[in-house]
Amino acid sequence: MGPLAQAVAPSHMPIVLRPLLPELILVGTALALMLLDALRPTPDQRPFVLLSLAGVAGAAAATLSLWTWKGPGSVLGGMIAADRFAVYFRLVILAAAALGILLSSYYLDRAGEARGEYYPLLLFATAGMTLITAASDLILIFLALEILSLSLYLLTGFSFRRLASAEASMKYFLLGAFSSAFFLYGIAFAYGATGTTNLAGIATALASRVNGDALALIAVGLLAVGFSFKIAAVPFHMWTPDAYQGAPTCVTAFMSAGTKVAAFGAFLRVFGVAFLPLAHDWRAFMGVLAAISIIVGSVLAIAQTDIKRLLAYSSIAQAGFILVGLSAGTQAGIQSAMFYLAVYAGTVLGAFAVVAIASVRGEEHTALSSYAGLARRRPLLGLALTAFLLSLAGIPPMAGFIAKVSVFSAAVQAGSWPLVLIAVLASVAAAFFYIRVIVLMYMQDPAPEIEGVRIESDPAGWAAVLAPAFLTVVFGILPGLLFGLLRTASVVRF
Amino acid sequence: MIAADTIRLPIPLIFSATLFSAGVYGVLARRNAVLVLMSVELMLNAVNVNLVAFSAHLKDKLFTGQIFALFVITVAAAEVGIGLAIVILIYRNREMINVDEVNLLKW
Repeated sequence: MGPLAQAVAPSHMPIVLRPLLPELILVGTALALMLLDALRPTPDQRPFVLLSLAGVAGAAAATLSLWTWKGPGSVLGGMIAADRFAVYFRLVILAAAALGILLSSYYLDRAGEARGEYYPLLLFATAGMTLITAASDLILIFLALEILSLSLYLLTGFSFRRLASAEASMKYFLLGAFSSAFFLYGIAFAYGATGTTNLAGIATALASRVNGDALALIAVGLLAVGFSFKIAAVPFHMWTPDAYQGAPTCVTAFMSAGTKVAAFGAFLRVFGVAFLPLAHDWRAFMGVLAAISIIVGSVLAIAQTDIKRLLAYSSIAQAGFILVGLSAGTQAGIQSAMFYLAVYAGTVLGAFAVVAIASVRGEEHTALSSYAGLARRRPLLGLALTAFLLSLAGIPPMAGFIAKVSVFSAAVQAGSWPLVLIAVLASVAAAFFYIRVIVLMYMQDPAPEIEGVRIESDPAGWAAVLAPAFLTVVFGILPGLLFGLLRTASVVRF
Repeated sequence: MIAADTIRLPIPLIFSATLFSAGVYGVLARRNAVLVLMSVELMLNAVNVNLVAFSAHLKDKLFTGQIFALFVITVAAAEVGIGLAIVILIYRNREMINVDEVNLLKW
């Protein structure tokens, strides 16, 4: 039954909430934590950490049970898709959220910013991220996008006494709201062109036309701009370095991983389902976005002197590589982009976790120069950061290598070899600044002023570093583990 | 056939495009963060005009466009709440809210 018929005859349709259970658990936990914070204010953050971890674990269990879901492909009047595509993305996001919570408990303690509203906000952001990957209606995609964005604006400015944090929050907010308006304008045109906001309905309406009409093409362009802001693709990347640098490092870690995965999840679904009939029109556009993101991100990263900013530019370049997979416009392309996203999320989260620990307290030592000799002072930390940087650079045996190869091969199969050529050349140039940091850590003596700084960590901090490091190596050696899942997960149902 | 008392679709579309462009200009040209915020609201309301116009034009039995406009209004209110909170935060720290003077983070 089509979504239209479902909605017209609602009285005969049972309300199926199970595909929405992960989000319900997350939001329920967040509300409970807000109440707890209001009723029993306590400086001890441990109950908050444990409860939010329990909420994320519950959501993950609910998500896993959806892997074998036999019910309808979409529920609630075609609003929520109950496919493995959503399960895969939710699991990646929930894993990032769990590590983000651990890292936050480590970071906030030391920065003296431990306040009760942090964890509910983080869980709301997580709920928005998981919801956007399961949403199969443009209305819900917009709402989920706002849920995650509004929470993240606040988290970015969470250390509000630090000027940089407040400034990052304002810049992120203004550009984020600006981009939301473009996104929304695109939705309005998609609705005008097809008469529906349901993704499957849009695909059906567009497929029955020989040529895409002007309204639909405007919609594609505006939605692509809106998504490009969220995934931080050039030329819509201006907020990224500022937001990533100014935000508390634990927030940077979580949002750099989570937002990109979530936004790409929705991006892949909207363009891989709704606008697939227009693929001929948007493929070239994605290719151009991918090429300039890779080039600009890599070139600007070379000039950075702050590790958080360097990783921010690196994440811009990574968005370009993932777009290469999307621009292929094929099943293999979507599959490789999904693999790349999981790898990217783990890698970037781990790298920011190392930054959080190496900064000792808050944002003290984020300059690149304080990484001189890090590997000699803290061998394990240095080794983990080396693994992450090699993975970002795409050097075997790290998972980033497999991710790049699969994205490139999908693009070559689709015939866009010039794009792959640009991407390969740029990734050679990009390897320079990753390796420069590694050389700094291993070959140089620490500056006298940071020689005596003691870097310590607790189990939560170590977990946030070592779990992603482990996965980066494992998926690099045994990529089949993920690709096995992706065979069925990359098929979008509706 | 178009009845005499209905407005033809291009008119509200052009009106909303004008509003949206005014909003974009405001975001790019204004220095005061509150004015930038107001320009963003102008853009969102331009979209609302578009949604309602399409909904009426398509004779949508589900009123998708009009219901969507209600959602947009709600979200815009939440966005203003958070935006003004951030602006007040900046103002308390620096006694001014000009976006081009908030430049601690660059390059």
